[in-house]
Amino acid sequence: MKRVEVVVVGAGAAGMAAAKGAAENGAHVLLLDNENWVGGILQQCIHNGFGVHRYKEELTGPEFAERLKKEIPSDVEVMTGSFVHKIFPEEKKLIVISRRGIEEIHYESMVFATGAREKTFQSLLIPGTRPVGIYTAGQAQRMINIDGYLPGKRALVLGSGDVGLIMARRMHLEGMEVIGVVERLPYPGGLRRNVKQCLEDFDIPLYLSHTVVRVEGFPRLEKVIVAKVDGKFSPIPGTEKELKVDTLVVSVGLVPVKKLLAKFVDVESGILVSNSGQTSVDSIFAAGNVTTIFDLVDYVANEGEKAGKNAALYAKGKFEGKRIPVKKGEGVKVLHPKWYDPSDPLSVYLRVSRPMERAVVRIGKYEIEAEDLTPAEMVHVEIEPPCEDEIVVSVTEV
Amino acid sequence: MKIAVIGGGIVGTLIARLLSFYEADVTLIEKENDVGWGVTKANSGIIHAGYDDEPGTLRASLVVPGNEAYTQLQKDLDFPFMRVGSHVLAFNESDLKTLEELYKRGEKNGIKGMKILDREEVLSMIPKVNPDVKASLYAPSAGIVIPWRVALSASDNFVMNGGKLALGERVVDIEVSGGRVRKVITDKNEYEADVVINASGLFADEIAKMAGAESVPIHPRKGEYILLDTQEYTNYVLFPTPSHGSKGMLVVPTLSENTLIGPNAVDLPPDKKGDVSTTESGLKEVHEGAKKLIPSIKLNKVLRTFAGLRPESPQRDFFIKESEKVWGFINVAAIRSPGLTAAPAIAEYVVEELLQQRLKINLQKKREYIKSIKSIQKVSRLSIEDWAELVRKDERYGNIICVCNRVTEGEIVEAVKRGARTLDSVKFRTGAMCGPCQAARCAMKIAKIISREAGIPIEEILLNADGSNIAVGKVRP
Ligand SMILES: Cc1cc2nc3c(=O)[nH]c(=O)nc-3n(C[C@H](O)[C@H](O)[C@H](O)COP(=O)(O)OP(=O)(O)OC[C@H]3O[C@@H](n4cnc5c(N)ncnc54)[C@H](O)[C@@H]3O)c2cc1C
Ligand SMILES: Cc1cc2nc3c(=O)[nH]c(=O)nc-3n(C[C@H](O)[C@H](O)[C@H](O)COP(=O)(O)OP(=O)(O)OC[C@H]3O[C@@H](n4cnc5c(N)ncnc54)[C@H](O)[C@@H]3O)c2cc1C
Repeated sequence: MKRVEVVVVGAGAAGMAAAKGAAENGAHVLLLDNENWVGGILQQCIHNGFGVHRYKEELTGPEFAERLKKEIPSDVEVMTGSFVHKIFPEEKKLIVISRRGIEEIHYESMVFATGAREKTFQSLLIPGTRPVGIYTAGQAQRMINIDGYLPGKRALVLGSGDVGLIMARRMHLEGMEVIGVVERLPYPGGLRRNVKQCLEDFDIPLYLSHTVVRVEGFPRLEKVIVAKVDGKFSPIPGTEKELKVDTLVVSVGLVPVKKLLAKFVDVESGILVSNSGQTSVDSIFAAGNVTTIFDLVDYVANEGEKAGKNAALYAKGKFEGKRIPVKKGEGVKVLHPKWYDPSDPLSVYLRVSRPMERAVVRIGKYEIEAEDLTPAEMVHVEIEPPCEDEIVVSVTEV
Repeated sequence: MKIAVIGGGIVGTLIARLLSFYEADVTLIEKENDVGWGVTKANSGIIHAGYDDEPGTLRASLVVPGNEAYTQLQKDLDFPFMRVGSHVLAFNESDLKTLEELYKRGEKNGIKGMKILDREEVLSMIPKVNPDVKASLYAPSAGIVIPWRVALSASDNFVMNGGKLALGERVVDIEVSGGRVRKVITDKNEYEADVVINASGLFADEIAKMAGAESVPIHPRKGEYILLDTQEYTNYVLFPTPSHGSKGMLVVPTLSENTLIGPNAVDLPPDKKGDVSTTESGLKEVHEGAKKLIPSIKLNKVLRTFAGLRPESPQRDFFIKESEKVWGFINVAAIRSPGLTAAPAIAEYVVEELLQQRLKINLQKKREYIKSIKSIQKVSRLSIEDWAELVRKDERYGNIICVCNRVTEGEIVEAVKRGARTLDSVKFRTGAMCGPCQAARCAMKIAKIISREAGIPIEEILLNADGSNIAVGKVRP
């Protein structure tokens, strides 16, 4: 048995920043991760583009992780190869499995930062065979960048989110033939700069309003059948095309890894938190992709650091959480956080429900003009609103 | 006495296991890279109570004893099995009549504990059931099983008793002379044999032809499924009232805490015995069918879809018989549903009735043989104290590899020790890679463990069949 003030579950960008935030506020911190390293998903993202806001530099994923690691005070205890198996929020304890044994950790407060996993091809109900050669983008990324193996020779990518775009380029650079990226939306799912730098610069075609309707081949993937879709994403009969590939890389979204806590705290797609990182259970804070899927690691790190700070204050009895509802209004598809706690500025992250050229973002009584909004790019606004009963966030095209 | 068993499905492995208790030289030949990858891996996994089968058929005579045998078989072979009970749900007058008939038939077949429940009782046992339900036929002896685990344990037990397992070998011919079987020829080897037991599932007609023995034509009837990552809908196996001989679409809780819905039934021509692809219309049919039993079933937690093929023959009954033309050739063919249920009884019937009684082969029990084995410890199901103790003895039981289902390095190493060389072999033995991320996070880690433990380069590690290498080469340096 071990006793700490703040335990941080998951040592990705969110968890590392939380450990830093908590330790700098005087707490005795334990940082846990199941992998044998810290950094989480960053370690397999060897491309540039991390840290533009936080470090005013374009770093690779591992470089960003290294920077953040250096910021963690040396008195933080880090345990890698340590899997959090069960959490008992009422007793404020958790069970950790590692090669060294099974240990019970008692905490005053927790920051939950387990990140997200990828949605799988298998969950999409796409009919056909079940061959080798279908990988999620993160799986292919880890295979190529960390393990050093190629999944196939000729690939198609399903999904034009950033991860899909980046993997299209990676596979191309590693000598695989990438015949295209298929996206069911009428616009790309990832950042514009990634469409340019990952596809256009290498002449990789992007098929918008298209989807995969069937896969063929066994034991290896041989063909992927794609078709155009209508406004409701239903394939349009007669538009099917057969593409001969041995690899299908699927990047169709991330799902917060929240199972350990889902029974105990309020959740929607992710774990719900206030802008101070507090969940519906006072002693539990959460940050990073387990709360909502962020575009930028800079956001993740900032939210993590704040959650860590507040978890430390809570552990010392100096944090009184407030939860003023923040509500989705028109034009908003994704909104974060769920509640406003006036002890920190309100950092609002949102995704619009459709592309808008010029729009007004309203946060309670505040109005901000914005241009060129797409669901792919998260809007981030930080304000300090007065306390109200609730704060409605909306985006109206003008 | 040299005996060759062709086919490592649930039927072939259980026969081979039983034979390994006797003084005989037994070889089990399987074309796939592991046992249990044929019909045995893709089905509803139900140990039926046995009221579907017309009294007087061979099926009816084997299914109830088969069901009963599972209690002891589980103790011996240590596979996941639970008698959760089943309900046949009736929604109208004609269904009610059918329930009565099933009940009577069940009594004739010797089933114990059946009851016809009224609407209120059904609703209280299955709160999410379609409220239009009128009654159910409840059978507490029905259970659920992980079918490939039966085949794996049986084959492990067989090997422990000295049986020879020939994996990845396809039988291509059977040599017959002087009216007797002589040899089984595979694409890699030849095996002398005095007796050949044909338990090759969908391919039993083709194998019988190789020997010039009697056969029944077999064609595949596809059944598609959707596996859901939830167990919120029912704790019991649910059937609609059968009509026209088909069991209809079911809702089944599984022992890996999921829910299985399906199967539909689509007849395919005999040359499609390898077609286990799913179809758009089939998956739709499965969802619609399941909603008739539990209207709230949603497809928001889909783990995966799959399809299995029933080995159907025109005569509908099992075809388990010694050949009258070729001495020593025994057909165990057309083992359609409820073949899983009947399998333990089929194995006994083949060894005791066909071999010993009809062929008059005098089989002697070995002085010593092993009858029960332990399967790989599922450590996350242990108490924390027991798990901790295990980690103290072997730290690899503290290294979580499959985070979805909490499978440790220790379990994977043990699977490799027991012969697993492919990712699917590890999956079917340990339950790794079956969770919500569907191997995305752990496949490569598992491949590395197989590579290290078995000395196989990563590029040669297969997902399942030959040609399914998970990597095609190294990234250039
Ligand atoms: C391919 C890709 C490209 C990207 N590109 C960019 C980019 O160019 N610029 C940018 O700013 N951002 C980018 N991002 C986004 C950014 O990397 C992520 O948002 C951020 O790293 C997420 O951090 P996290 O800490 O929330 O989660 P993760 O990094 O996923 O960390 C979660 C950690 O929790 C651990 N964990 C989970 N469960 C347990 C448990 N039970 N016990 C112990 N440990 C556990 C995991 O092992 C993991 O290490 C990219 C992301 C991806 C995937
Ligand atoms: C959709 C569906 C649902 C079902 N549901 C249930 C249920 O709920 N309950 C129940 O009791 N039963 C059920 N069944 C029936 C049950 O699954 C089968 O009866 C049983 O699995 C048959 O086992 P087997 O060993 O005969 O066949 P298989 O498992 O197919 O074994 C035969 C083996 O022979 C091998 N083989 C074939 N040809 C050769 C060759 N030339 N050389 C070497 N090896 C060869 C194959 O690879 C295969 O492994 C269902 C079946 C289906 C398809």
